[in-house]
Amino acid sequence: MASQQAVLSANEIQAETRALRRRKRASLLLVVPLLVFIFFAFVAPIATMLYRSVYNPTLVELIPKTVHELSGWKKTELPEPVVFSTFAKELKQLAEARRSGVLAAAINRAYPGASSLVNATARKFRKMPDDKLIKDGMALLTEADPRWAKPELWRAIREVGQVYTDTYYLTALDLERNAQNEIQQRESARIYIQLYTKTLSIALIITLLCIALGYPLAYYLAHAPRRVAGMLMVLVLLPFWTSLLVRTTAWIALLQTNGVLNSVFEALGLINSPLEMLYTSFATVIAMTHILLPFMILPLYSVMKGIDPSYVRAALSLGSRPFSAFLRIFLPLTLPGLSAGSLLVFIISVGYYITPALVGGTDGQMISNIIAFHMQRSNNWGLAAALGTLLLVLILLLYWTYDRLIGARNIKLG
Amino acid sequence: MKKITTLLGPALALGLALGGTAQAQQKSLTVVSFGGAYGAAQKVHQIDPYMAKTGTQILFENYTGGVAEIKAQVEAGKIQWDVVDIETIDLERACAEGLLEIIPRDILLKGDDGTPAEEDFIPAALENECGVGEIVWSTVYAYNNKTIGDKAPSTIEDLFDLKKFPGKRALRKRAQVNLEWALLADGVKEEDVYKVLATPEGQAQAFAKLDTIKSEIVWFDSWSQAPQLLNDGGAIMVQSANGRFFDAIKREGKPFTMVWDGNLYDLDAWGIVKGTPNLELALDFVSFTTSTKALAGFQDVAYGPPRKSSMALVDKSVVDHLPSTHVDEGLKADGIFWADYGESLGEKFNEWLLK
Repeated sequence: MASQQAVLSANEIQAETRALRRRKRASLLLVVPLLVFIFFAFVAPIATMLYRSVYNPTLVELIPKTVHELSGWKKTELPEPVVFSTFAKELKQLAEARRSGVLAAAINRAYPGASSLVNATARKFRKMPDDKLIKDGMALLTEADPRWAKPELWRAIREVGQVYTDTYYLTALDLERNAQNEIQQRESARIYIQLYTKTLSIALIITLLCIALGYPLAYYLAHAPRRVAGMLMVLVLLPFWTSLLVRTTAWIALLQTNGVLNSVFEALGLINSPLEMLYTSFATVIAMTHILLPFMILPLYSVMKGIDPSYVRAALSLGSRPFSAFLRIFLPLTLPGLSAGSLLVFIISVGYYITPALVGGTDGQMISNIIAFHMQRSNNWGLAAALGTLLLVLILLLYWTYDRLIGARNIKLG
Repeated sequence: MKKITTLLGPALALGLALGGTAQAQQKSLTVVSFGGAYGAAQKVHQIDPYMAKTGTQILFENYTGGVAEIKAQVEAGKIQWDVVDIETIDLERACAEGLLEIIPRDILLKGDDGTPAEEDFIPAALENECGVGEIVWSTVYAYNNKTIGDKAPSTIEDLFDLKKFPGKRALRKRAQVNLEWALLADGVKEEDVYKVLATPEGQAQAFAKLDTIKSEIVWFDSWSQAPQLLNDGGAIMVQSANGRFFDAIKREGKPFTMVWDGNLYDLDAWGIVKGTPNLELALDFVSFTTSTKALAGFQDVAYGPPRKSSMALVDKSVVDHLPSTHVDEGLKADGIFWADYGESLGEKFNEWLLK
């Protein structure tokens, strides 16, 4: 009897596991909203971006037969006449469905000028009978525009016709493929590498400035009497709570040619003619440093606050000079906060968009502004996705190096 | 991938159902345009009269131009905008890519004097099957009478002449207009500008001309920044849409003078986003708001009506400020050219900026 009491009956075990499962389900339910949110707001968009940067189905959807036939072509001379006829027929179908513009825009990316060429030819073919197009496809195309007889144009069509492509990445790295399929430096415009370097260097300067300004302040905040510290903390937090746009436009008012700074300098007799400060990388750096400074101060402050002052006192009482005590005791203890702040500031500033757009002029533009250009103006979403992906990879690489050197576990936000 | 769609499906369906019922309750139309003084004039002369006449609710929103948002809506199959005010450069492209509905010409109203619509509109206004022109506007540059000094610029060459007119020039940061102006100032004839600009040598020539004033250019992004720059002395010559300057001169009494030489005129048109559930209503809206009287209202901001019958209603004192009066001094912006070369020249322009 006694042993039977200690062991649970089958029913009781079942009830127990059911209760456990219910608890698990309940705790899962609490997390589900966050998981769903992260999935829709973060994972899905990034996955789509990665996919878009290599996936390019436009031509295969629009002119599948031509793309198929072009795959056997050697790329040096003109394609076979049958390719022309197939293309002519498919172009006509597109023209009837009013979809030729999509094809035109896609080819135009690899062959500037193709947009009007394709559209004009499509308009001409709309009324022509199919059999005529199939019979004299080549003649009709070259008659519509002599450019159809150029191998470069067909190379462009073939290039754009690949469903999975590395073209966007090559472009993002200022490279391209030539007729022999070799990868070479891009001939038309080389800007992206330069922009990445510039973006990284601006971000680095901002991070260093934030350290230079934020570290002493955080040190003072952590050691000042409570009243003073509270007041100063408000001064740090108030701008942090102020709208980003307000702070950025405030810098426009300060920096512009007849702005506050220039008038003050002139009144003081420091300068004769107004300095050019707005619309330069100087403006980008100074405004972004101002905006990102709290991200440096807050983690530093909370880490410094947690350091036992007796450590430094102990060092001093053992005969260390104050500077050496700071360098060997205090500084290493603040490293987790310092690295957290630096990483935050650096990573946020690499992807910053609005401030450089408003105060940066041309000089202070960063890679995000070019990504926006391709999203909004040139409509080359594939290239924008590739540029964005490279930016993401760059950040991950930096983080990885950082983890190797210092260790991500040492990051402390408070 | 399949998992994603099974997850997405119900969520989308729910969203659509909710949005759908909200729309069904009231007849409403979302109309998008550029805001500013132009948007205000549109509200007074197009939107409000239409709402008063038909009782349709119009949601009037702003955007910054371009095709990106329209493309996103059409591709996702969830149309949020019904009617869009679009520049011809974008119209050409959006129509060819199948992002806009074709607007049948028979919906257009006769002119107030009885002229059939097709004769009443200037040809350029109906050139594209997806659009109906609303205004003729122009990109010009202006100077501030107070800061210019004793000599005043009068030609496009003066904009590029640092010796005669030392000081900053403010231009909108994009390839369009600036490259055309550079060639015009370099002595290329108006009718040849786009032919020359299509060649690598012509492009090099344009950038070389821009090089001569590069150190003195202040770049801005939005038209609204332009009158501001001219007012606070940020630049002595500033590029903008003529209506922006006109508004600053007339309403705020600014001492600005516009230079019409080399002006690049263009049209703005109504387009209807492809696949809108409110197609009939949208067509009715376009028809009403492109009537003689509605279009004549744009004289408020000195944009020219593309209807001949509307011109008759324009105040004589405004006529001098309308782009249509200065067509001979200017050049028509070529939407087809920019559909071809917009992207490649845009990249080259960015490269040139970074140099």
